Amino acid sequence: MGKLIRISGPVVEAEAMSGSAMYDVVKVGKEGLMGEIIKIVGDRAIIQVYEDTAGLQPGEPVDGTGLPLSVELGPGLLTSIYDGIQRPLEAIAEKTGSLFLPRGVSVPPLDRAKKWDFKAVMKGGDKVKRGDVLGTVQETDLILHKVLAPRDGIVKSVKSGKFTIDDTVAVIESAGKSHPLTMVVRQPVRKARQCAEKLDPTIPLITGQRVVDMFFPIAKGGTCAIPGPFGSGKTVTQHQFAKWSDTQIVVYIGCGERGNEMTDVLTEFPHLVDPKSGKPLMQRTILIANTSNMPVAAREASIYTGITIAEYYRDMGYDVALMADSTSRWAEAMREIGGRLEEMPGEEGYPAYLARRLAEFYERAGRVRTLGSDERYGSITIIGAVSPPGGDINEPVSQNTLRVTKVYLALEASLAQRRHFPAFNWLRSYSLYTDTLDKWYTQNISADWTKLRAESMALLQKEAELQEIVQLVGPDALPEKEQLVLATTRSLREDFLQQSAFHEIDTYSSMRKQYLMLRNILAVHARATAALDMGLQLKRVLAMPIREKVGRMKEVSEANLVQLEHMQGDIDKAFDEVARQ
Amino acid sequence: MKEYKTITQIAGPLVFVSDVSGVGYNEMVEVLLPTGEKRMGQVLESAKGLAVIQIFGPTDGINTTGTRVRFLGETMRLGVSTDMLGRSFDGLGRPRDGKPPVTAEKRIDINGAALNPFMRDTPSDFIQTGISTIDGLNTLVRGQKLPIFTASGLPHSQLAVQIARQARTVSKQKEPFAVVFAAVGITHEESSFFMREFQNSGALERAVLFLNLADDPSVERIITPRLALTTAEYLAYEKDMHVLVIITDMTNYCEALREIAAAREEVPGRRGYPGYMYTDLSNIYERAGRVKGKKGTVTQLGILTMPGDDITHPIPDLTGYITEGQIVLGRDLHRKNIYPPVDVLPCLSRLMNLGIGKERTREDHRGIADQLYAAYATGRDLRSLAAVVGQEALSETDRQYLSFADSFEQRFIKQGHNDDRTIEQTLDLGWELLTVLPESELKRVKKEHIEKYGRKFRHKKEEKKETETPAAPAQ
Repeated sequence: MGKLIRISGPVVEAEAMSGSAMYDVVKVGKEGLMGEIIKIVGDRAIIQVYEDTAGLQPGEPVDGTGLPLSVELGPGLLTSIYDGIQRPLEAIAEKTGSLFLPRGVSVPPLDRAKKWDFKAVMKGGDKVKRGDVLGTVQETDLILHKVLAPRDGIVKSVKSGKFTIDDTVAVIESAGKSHPLTMVVRQPVRKARQCAEKLDPTIPLITGQRVVDMFFPIAKGGTCAIPGPFGSGKTVTQHQFAKWSDTQIVVYIGCGERGNEMTDVLTEFPHLVDPKSGKPLMQRTILIANTSNMPVAAREASIYTGITIAEYYRDMGYDVALMADSTSRWAEAMREIGGRLEEMPGEEGYPAYLARRLAEFYERAGRVRTLGSDERYGSITIIGAVSPPGGDINEPVSQNTLRVTKVYLALEASLAQRRHFPAFNWLRSYSLYTDTLDKWYTQNISADWTKLRAESMALLQKEAELQEIVQLVGPDALPEKEQLVLATTRSLREDFLQQSAFHEIDTYSSMRKQYLMLRNILAVHARATAALDMGLQLKRVLAMPIREKVGRMKEVSEANLVQLEHMQGDIDKAFDEVARQ
Repeated sequence: MKEYKTITQIAGPLVFVSDVSGVGYNEMVEVLLPTGEKRMGQVLESAKGLAVIQIFGPTDGINTTGTRVRFLGETMRLGVSTDMLGRSFDGLGRPRDGKPPVTAEKRIDINGAALNPFMRDTPSDFIQTGISTIDGLNTLVRGQKLPIFTASGLPHSQLAVQIARQARTVSKQKEPFAVVFAAVGITHEESSFFMREFQNSGALERAVLFLNLADDPSVERIITPRLALTTAEYLAYEKDMHVLVIITDMTNYCEALREIAAAREEVPGRRGYPGYMYTDLSNIYERAGRVKGKKGTVTQLGILTMPGDDITHPIPDLTGYITEGQIVLGRDLHRKNIYPPVDVLPCLSRLMNLGIGKERTREDHRGIADQLYAAYATGRDLRSLAAVVGQEALSETDRQYLSFADSFEQRFIKQGHNDDRTIEQTLDLGWELLTVLPESELKRVKKEHIEKYGRKFRHKKEEKKETETPAAPAQ
C-alpha cells in the first residue's frame, strides 16, 4: 500500500509503490477513486485519476489492484450507456439518485441480477477450440450473443437454462485442469483481442448517405477520418452513420463532446427503427459517453473501452461500426496528461507518442476471420471525427490520422454555411477503397456504377475550372455547352450530393435509389448536350419542366422507386418533344 | 483549522507555503496580511510539505515573514438562497450593494460535479427572442448554451439585453424565470449599462448579479462564472425556475486562465493558452441543460470578443467546439448600419431541430430557414462576382439573388432595439422576401409548404405589380 505525496489536477504522485506495474489500476485516497499508473520512478508511481481529485491530501492511501485497466464483456452490454471506464451511467443514476456524477461510486458494468436464457450449442465430451461457440443468449431482439470458449480443451459439462452472468454455465478441461466458465470475461483494454487472420476489406459499408456510398465509399473493416471545423456537421454525420449503417452492432463513443448531444442520441435511438428488422436501433447500440466536463483521464480511456467492446462483438462474427467523436479530444486528453507529467512535448505540445497511439487505434479496425473452428467472419469499421483547431488540417492530429485512414471526408465550413449538407468537399475528399469495392458494385448494383461515378466526378472537376473563368468574365461569356456543364453540376450538387438528415425520406437513400438518381441526372445532361449540338438554345433546355422533376427525386420514397426507373423514359420523351418543335 | 507562517515564495498570483501537512487539493485558503487585511486563495497543488496557492486578488503586501496562511479544509462553496434574487455581488460572491450577506439555505461546491449524461433530458422548448435571425435561422431552446461571438466595438451588449428582455416561450403558462448575470472583467460603463437596462425592463428583481469589473483582481475571474452557474443550477434544479445565464466577457476569463498558467510556468499550448483550456471551458459551458424530473432549466448566453475579429483564435475556436452553436456578429453589417449585425452565414444553432417544426413553431420552419440560408449565401457570392464583371453580365436569376441578398439584410436581419417579432412574423417575412426568386429556385422547401405559406405573398406581389404597371410609363 502506497501513500499520496503530490496532487495537481488529474495527475497524482504516490510513494512506497514498489511492486506495482505500469498501467496497473489503483484505488486512490480514502474514497477509493479509480486511477491508472502511467509512470514509475523508483518506488514512486505517477497515477492518472479517472475522477475529480479535489480535496485529496498528501498522505492518503493508494491501493494497487494488480490488474490492468479492463472492461467486463458479456450479455447486457447492448443498449447500455457507459462512461469512459465502463461505469454504467444509468445504474449510477439509479443507485445514487443524483443528477450529478458523485465520486468514488462503484457499480458493476453488467447487471448481476438479470437471468439470461442460455442455450448450449456444445455438449459434454465435445472437443473445443478457443473461440468456439459454447452457447448463445438472445441479448436483444436483434442480436444473438455468442458465448465463446476462452481456451482449447474438452467440454466437461455445459447446461442450458436461466443464469445470471456470474453463474457457471460450462466446465472445460484442459491440461488436466477443470475451468468453470461464466458468461462474463474481463479484457484488458489497451491490447487488441486476438483473431485468426486479418482479411482485405471487399464489401462496402452502406451508409445510405449518397455522397459517401457513391463517391467516397467506406469498406466494412475499413477506416475513415472526418476532419472539420466546428459547425460543419461532424456530429450529424456520425449520427447518420450510427443510424443507417448496415452493420449489426454500433459502438458510439462520445469522447469529450457535448452532453446534450449524447442525450439526443439517447432519446432518439430508442425511437428509430432499423429499416431491415423493424426493431429499435438502440437494440444494436452501445454508447460510451464521456462528455467534455467529465474527468479527462477517463476521456483518454474511453476510446480503448469502446474498441475493446467492438472487438468482442466482432469475435462473435458480427460487423461492427465504431464512431469516435472526437479523436481530437482524445489526443488533447493525452496532451493534457503528458503536460502534467512534464514530458518533453512533440509538435504543438502533443506527446511524441501521439502518432503511434493513433495508428494503434485505427489498426484495431479490420475484417477478420475469428478464432474458433466454425469459420466466422467479423469486422470493425472505425469512423473517427477530428476537430482541427480553426478547421485547418495542418495540425498533428489530422495529419497523423490521415496517414493511417483510407477514407478522408473533408468537411468544409463554407459549404456548411450555405447549408450544403453533408458539407463534404467533393474535390478534396477521397476513398482508397473504390478499386477494391468496384467489383461488388458491378455485381450487386449495376454494371455502369463506376462509369457514372467517373463521369460525375469529371463534370464536377470541370466545374471547378470553369468557375475560375466565371469569376473573371461572368457566366454569360462561356460557350453554351460549358454553361450546360455548370447547370448539370449544380443539379449534381443540389439534387444529389446534398442530403438532408432531417427530412423523413431524404435521410436515407438505398443504393438502388442513389444509382437511379445519378443515372437520371446524367441522362438529362447527355440529352441536353445532344440537343445543343442540334442547335437548340440553352435557355429552352433550362426551362424544361422535366428538370424540376429531376430536382425533386430525393423526395421519392423507397417504396416508389419505380417512378425513378421510369424517369429516364420521361426524360427521353421530353427531349424528343422539344426536338420536334 | 491549520494556520502556517511558512511562505517561502511569491510569484505573480501564486504563493508557495512549505512545511504544511494534510492540505487538500483545491482547498480554500485565507491569507492574513500583517496589516490585518484578509485575502482568499485556493490550493493549486498539494505535495508532501508544500502547497501552491493561487490568490484571488493582488499579492502586494504579502511577505514571507508576517503573513499567515489558514487552510479552511473545504473546497470553495457558495451559500445560495432565493433571497439572492435582486441582489448584486462581487466576483467572489460578497455583497456589493451594501446590504447584509444573504442567509444561505444551502452551501454548494462551486466547481459543480459533472451532470450524469443519462440524467439529461433533451432540450426542446423553443425560446422566442423576437429577433428574426435567431428565432428563424438559429433557434434557441431552453437548456442550450449559445454564445455570441463578437468583436470590439459591436453592439453585443445591446443584443444580449434585448434577448434577456424579450425571451419567452410560446406556452401560455406563466413559468418562474430568473436571470443570472456574470460580469467578467468588463468596464464599469458596460456594467452600468446592463444594470440600467435590467432596471428599466423590470428584470432586476428577478436577477442575480455577480460583478467582476476590469479593475478587480483578474484571478477572481476564474471564480465569477462558477458562482453564477452554481446559483443558476440551484434556482433551476431546486427551485424550478427557468434561468438565463449571461456571462460577459468570456475572453477575459481565458486571459485570466493564461495569466495563472504562465505564473505556474506551465508548458503553454496554442498562443500561450494552457493545454487544458478546452476542458476548463467545458466545465463552464456544460453546466447548461435540462434534466430529468426537474422543471427548471439553465440556458447559457455567453458573450466573447474574438481577438482581432478572428474566429479561428483559440478562444472562439475552442468555445465553438463546446457550445451548441454560436451567434456571430459582423463588422460589415454594423458599418452598413444594420442592427443587430448578425452575420448569419457562420451562425449555427445545433439544437434548432429539437425546438422547431409542427406543434413547436411551424412545419415549414426547417425548409424556409435552409432556403433563406442557401439564397443569401448565393447572393453574397454573386456580389463579389458582380463587383468584377458588373451586374449586366449576370443572368436574370443571378440579379434576382442579388436583390434578395440586399432586402434580406435590410428587412430580415435589420430590426429595431424594441422590435419584438413573433415567430409567425419572422417566417412570413422569410416567405415574403423569397418572392423575389422564381418558384423553381426554391428547392429547399417542400412543395406543399410553398402552396400553404408562400403563395399568398406571391399573389400579393403580382397584384401589386399589376396596379403599379400603369404608373410606370409616367416616369
